[in-house]
Amino acid sequence: MTVSETTQCYHCGDAVPSAAYEAEGHPFCCLGCQSVYRILSNSNLKQYYRYNQHPGKRKGGASARYEYLDEASLADKLIDFRNDKITVVTFYIPSIHCSSCIWLLEHLYKLHPAISVSQSDFLKKQVNITFKHAELTLRGLVELLVDIGYEPKITLQDVIKEGRRFSQKGLVAKIATAGFCFGNSMMLSFPEYFGMGAFEAHYSEFFGWMNLGFSLPVVFYCGRDYFRSAWHSLRRRELNLDVPLALGIAVLFARTAVEVWSGSGPGFADTLCGLVFFLLVGRWIQQRTYHHLSFERDYRSYFPVAVTRLGGEGPKPIPLADIRVGDRLLIRNNEIIPADAILLKGHAAIDFSFVTGESTPVQRVLGEIIYAGGRQTGEAIELEVVKAVSQSYLTRLWNNETDKPHERNFRTFSNTVSRYFTVVLLAIAFSAMTYWFLANDAVRAWGAFTAVLIIACPCALALSSPFTLSAAMSVFDKNRFYIKNTAAIEQLATLDCLVFDKTGTISSPSASRMRFEGKLSPYEWSMIVAVCKNSTHPLSRELVKWAGETMSGCLAVEEYRETAGKGIEALVDGHRIRVGNARFTGAWEKGNGSRVYLSINDEVKGNLLVEQPWRKNLKEVLTELASGRQLHLISGDNDKEKAELSRVFPPQADLLFNKLPTDKMEYIQSLQARGHHVCMFGDGLNDAGALKQATLGIAVSDDINNFSPGCDAILDGRSFVKLPRFFRFAKDAVKVIHMSFGISLTYNLVGLGFAITGTMSPLVAAVLMPLSTATIIGFTTIATHLYATRNQLVKKQ
Amino acid sequence: MSVIFFLIGCSVFIALIFLAAFFWANKSGQHEDTYTPSIRMLFDDEVEDDGKTQG
Repeated sequence: MTVSETTQCYHCGDAVPSAAYEAEGHPFCCLGCQSVYRILSNSNLKQYYRYNQHPGKRKGGASARYEYLDEASLADKLIDFRNDKITVVTFYIPSIHCSSCIWLLEHLYKLHPAISVSQSDFLKKQVNITFKHAELTLRGLVELLVDIGYEPKITLQDVIKEGRRFSQKGLVAKIATAGFCFGNSMMLSFPEYFGMGAFEAHYSEFFGWMNLGFSLPVVFYCGRDYFRSAWHSLRRRELNLDVPLALGIAVLFARTAVEVWSGSGPGFADTLCGLVFFLLVGRWIQQRTYHHLSFERDYRSYFPVAVTRLGGEGPKPIPLADIRVGDRLLIRNNEIIPADAILLKGHAAIDFSFVTGESTPVQRVLGEIIYAGGRQTGEAIELEVVKAVSQSYLTRLWNNETDKPHERNFRTFSNTVSRYFTVVLLAIAFSAMTYWFLANDAVRAWGAFTAVLIIACPCALALSSPFTLSAAMSVFDKNRFYIKNTAAIEQLATLDCLVFDKTGTISSPSASRMRFEGKLSPYEWSMIVAVCKNSTHPLSRELVKWAGETMSGCLAVEEYRETAGKGIEALVDGHRIRVGNARFTGAWEKGNGSRVYLSINDEVKGNLLVEQPWRKNLKEVLTELASGRQLHLISGDNDKEKAELSRVFPPQADLLFNKLPTDKMEYIQSLQARGHHVCMFGDGLNDAGALKQATLGIAVSDDINNFSPGCDAILDGRSFVKLPRFFRFAKDAVKVIHMSFGISLTYNLVGLGFAITGTMSPLVAAVLMPLSTATIIGFTTIATHLYATRNQLVKKQ
Repeated sequence: MSVIFFLIGCSVFIALIFLAAFFWANKSGQHEDTYTPSIRMLFDDEVEDDGKTQG
């Protein structure tokens, strides 16, 4: 980076060009940054710049319009609470990234007196604001946030509200209760283990009743979910891991109750409480989610909250759901078309990049149908809606899927094992019971039967998956690969067929396609662009797009001549311009990559290196992934890059072009029908169906806070090179689960030795259970870390 | 030795108070955000130019 040598913008840290903006002696890169600084400076908020250098983010593009927030019906959907004086609202602000952000967002009261409290949540990227709505409207508040560079993301499918649904409060309360009972019952069980004298015998009865009391909330409140889940699983004629667990809990409680009641023994209350406590902790670990990411997004989070309808009373913002067929809509620059509609007025240049992956805007003429999902670029246009939002082409594709809930039946290892485990466990328990019955020892028969179910209760087994996978998940997370849940990691290890989308997935949309080497004045540039505008050659078009955006005015071109396979030449203002290959322009051929050479009056001025927009090391990544897996490419684009891609992809890979979104989905289906575990990599709306259909759908995104379609995992584009390592590590994680399963099974076998003789003392259970749990937690954590180090996914200390 | 009944009663009672305190903290959302407060406490109290202090 050469940034350190040049001047940096005081606000955002971007390099500042020579003619920069300035305020109070600080340089700024653009008007946006300067105006943010002015606002903060005027409100005495300059401390913002003290906590971090260049804490701001450059304001990108034109911000959305917020007239619709003045509509009470829409505003009501967004706010959390309102009374006659104050309103409370929570915004999701993707640009929160440092401590300065927190500081500024919590000092909003200095910017506007109507704001009384604002509190930010860094990890969720949210800010909760209380303000007096008599002095500041919701729209005013949002515009204020936009002005200081913290634009809230307002969508219909609110990330905030979605996040609230998955509250873990209930589970945490259960863990606390179980922990409380565990600690107390252990304390009360100690005297029994250490041995009490005969004269203290009346205490043991008291302790027994206390213990029974403590186990009541553990069984009936904390362990409730296990019984419920076991019951559901039995009704579906399956045996999940909760069946032996619920059985274990029930038997532990029954035996404790019987022993305490009859005074025949101390019972197993401490083992019972410990078991439930550890199980709940494992469940809690497994349920950790990403608060700032959403994997379940549908079209509503992509479309705007409101659109402008043109009616008798003039333009009026209406919510998306109120759009009726026949409505006239006004779509301004950068707004998204929410429903299939006919163009009535204006010049439509629709950017369908998110829908099809094609970045060049599509021109439409009056009377043509424009499909929903495109973004208008240029002047405002008027449309007449022909289909409701939910019936539009893309949304229907999406809805089709949601209508028939795609049963994601991940066959996890523990589910597979538990079927056999439960059967074997019951067989051992019953045979032990029968044996002692035949030996005419009914007491021992009962003892052996319950002891088997207690000691073999698969606590450690139930914990090995969550602990391993959550450790693996945090490793992935540090490498910018965000996986929806732990089951998806197991799924990752089984994949044998990878399907890639092209644009935005294996190519990076932000990568600049051209790099100029040489020196040209702006005037010379405009001459070159003027010549290239006459050519239909793809490279000329790229050049015009790359260089021509800043050019204004058009120079007259004379004697234009294009030689196929060589280049173009023409006279501009009396200068002879040549654009083409090295020999054509008389330049020295330079190595690597395809280049376009430029010459003016037979003097070579430099060359443009046409860079492939593919992601870094794409070929190496794909070659490595191809071992043991099939690779496919499926693209909505035409096949102009087929030759180039077939060099990048391994020879046996299928490359498919010109595919519609439904084709992609059906292609995945056909692969699955052949018994493959398919992983789809995609990025756009057009991949949404395929991502859902695939065994594992991975959305590749260069900005994870941006919209990404519903999927099982989100991969940051920068970590694309790590994919082969991710796959290897997922396999290793499954290996760790297998190993820890072996360990917990050993513990079970040792315990069974005590159990079938019918002479197991509560002490054995009380020692074995926590010991096996601790071993498993320790083993999985260390083993996962070791494998992560071996796959170079954690930095060595 | 019957004082042990009283002592156990006391210890369970105290433990229950802590459990209740935890429930209250959990319910009032103190475990919702475990990261931001750690940064918030590092911010300096600023001295206002006009001499008026705000909390």
